[in-house]
Amino acid sequence: MRVPVRITIESRKSWAALDPHDVWSYRELLYFLIWRDLKVRYKQTLFGGAWVIMQPLLLTVIFTIFLGRLVRVPSDGVPYPLFAYAGLLPWTFFSGAVLATGNCLVGNAHLITKVYFPRLIIPISSIAARLVDLGVAFVILIGLMFYFRVGITLHFLMAPFFILILALLALGFGLWTSAVNVKYRDVGIALPLLTQLWMFASPIVYPLSLVPQRWRLVYSMNPVVGILEGFRAALFGGSFNWPAIFISTIVTLVLLPYAAYSFQKHEKTFADII
Amino acid sequence: MPKIITVENISKLYYIGAHEHQGGSLRESFTAGLRDPLSLVRRNGKTRGEELWALNDVSFDVEQGEILGIIGRNGAGKSTLLKILSRITKPTTGRIEIDGRVGSLLEVGTGFHPELTGRENIFLNGAMLGMGRHEIGRKFDEIVAFSEIERFIDTPVKRYSSGMYTRLAFAIAAHLEPEILIVDEVLAVGDLAFQKKCLGKMGGAAKDGRTVLFVSHAMEAVRKLCGRGILLDRGEIVAQGRIEDVIAKYVEDGAGAQAVYEIPRPRDVEELPGYAYKLTVEDGEGRPTTSIPVGKPWQVRIHFQINRPVEHFIIAMGLLTNLNTPFRTCWAEPRDLAPGTYEAVFREEIVVMGTGRYGIVVGLSTFERAFHYVENAGVLQIAEFAEGIDLVRASNTGYILNPVKIDVQRIDSYQRDRGSNAHAE
Repeated sequence: MRVPVRITIESRKSWAALDPHDVWSYRELLYFLIWRDLKVRYKQTLFGGAWVIMQPLLLTVIFTIFLGRLVRVPSDGVPYPLFAYAGLLPWTFFSGAVLATGNCLVGNAHLITKVYFPRLIIPISSIAARLVDLGVAFVILIGLMFYFRVGITLHFLMAPFFILILALLALGFGLWTSAVNVKYRDVGIALPLLTQLWMFASPIVYPLSLVPQRWRLVYSMNPVVGILEGFRAALFGGSFNWPAIFISTIVTLVLLPYAAYSFQKHEKTFADII
Repeated sequence: MPKIITVENISKLYYIGAHEHQGGSLRESFTAGLRDPLSLVRRNGKTRGEELWALNDVSFDVEQGEILGIIGRNGAGKSTLLKILSRITKPTTGRIEIDGRVGSLLEVGTGFHPELTGRENIFLNGAMLGMGRHEIGRKFDEIVAFSEIERFIDTPVKRYSSGMYTRLAFAIAAHLEPEILIVDEVLAVGDLAFQKKCLGKMGGAAKDGRTVLFVSHAMEAVRKLCGRGILLDRGEIVAQGRIEDVIAKYVEDGAGAQAVYEIPRPRDVEELPGYAYKLTVEDGEGRPTTSIPVGKPWQVRIHFQINRPVEHFIIAMGLLTNLNTPFRTCWAEPRDLAPGTYEAVFREEIVVMGTGRYGIVVGLSTFERAFHYVENAGVLQIAEFAEGIDLVRASNTGYILNPVKIDVQRIDSYQRDRGSNAHAE
């Protein structure tokens, strides 16, 4: 027998809209949406799932040639290709997740106007699908570390923490932009440009040590900085930049509830204005 | 029977004409804000457009195991009501209590992805409609058999014919087993045999103690399926009770039929060679009327405006059945027209059409290319009551009632002899 369900529909809104039970009861749909995302993304492509690896790998090759070889950007004692890949890997995940999440509601308008489920599932599934990609590309990173004979230290245990914070940051940013994008499509147009600028404002293809000392605190206000630097330190056994990590964590923990609140506030009108 | 749905004082307010504002770009909001800074503050001011109460203080109960029919003409609020009950959109005021899982079919094939195979889409669509993975797995073979597309189950649905696509989507929907099923007009597509199969499935659902809310314009289906009904008009309940009474009230009100219809101006009206703006349903004497007795002559008068000279102009009128199937098309001789205001009268004296409401389609074209085309521009209502016309109750008939030459003769041996004898005489 099924558990009796009682649904109340009211005009009034409260935090209950972010009902975790509701999301949980739709976990199978979440699973299918992630699965659809992964399955459909590389359909009718020649290389299929290999694109997951090729994106950060090709970028690494390009930046190694231009920045590593020609400009000779320092890389904190780590071989430049490995250094760049360790930055591009989480960044590819983050920018991909932000772009996908920002457009996820508009892209699924046909679902939103025709069937009920907790809308939160859509952005969560977008992020989760990218996490799977990240996991695959991570295997290449381990391979590169062996190739360049970089030993794994205890710091490595911190790597999942940085990925988690990065995913939560992407979720917070994505929730907020996706809700605004329903009303103002400008967001969807501006996002690709924004992520490009964001990339160069983050220590991805160059190290934080290249930024002048007096600008570092301002620079670290970008929440991605602490996470990316921390991720590299975890991989290569460097020292952690705690103030930057602290800023990233705080920004994430403030942004996420705010974005979730803003998302649920707009949720009731999605179907009417999308 | 216990109450399973309680709807209390539900209203839904939309702002029409404010759409550009709501769905527009940031720049529009900024510039609107610059021009009139108060508009950003004055949230209920004119900038939000005209108010439209799609639903106005609607209350009703549904008992477990009943099939409730919701009827009303277009724009009466039926779809809005279903959307609120399905939790797709929120009511502006009011409260609804539902005891049980709700499965809604506001459309068939929701979430079908063209790149995925039939098999994959069954799981995806099933999950969207609220079925669990194991539940779908258990019913998988049954769904495939019901859809009659066994051979193509591993083909991407983008390669399906539209018939196959619809059948698969129906098959999944038909196997949904929530306590409450909400169905919107989905039976209006698909071939007849398949529709019957689905109606049977829905009737079966109610016998199992499940509750069905059914919206349709197809009165015959509603009459057969539902026990109780609700009639909505302009967002309000105007009748509820036994389905026969509710349908009778609907038909009595002219089923939404008017005599004169204003045709909304097309958006790009300046760029068009012309447009139709008014349609009048008239009886044989040219008097505007809301309904025509079966068998009596009728005419449809269409007023239209021509903005610039058009060559090879044809005006056409079509009729749609209550399932929205094109049923009849008539068109004028092609001619060249100078700018001006015109009217065209389509008069019928010969062909007798069965009772019912027919949507009127208007089309203006030049060189066979339509430049103004309006579906359901008006309603032609053929009423049951007809003086002096000898018809056995004219409901449940075909669309056309004209007599044709009919020979009736027995063809077994005895009768054949008699017949041939009679012939010889």
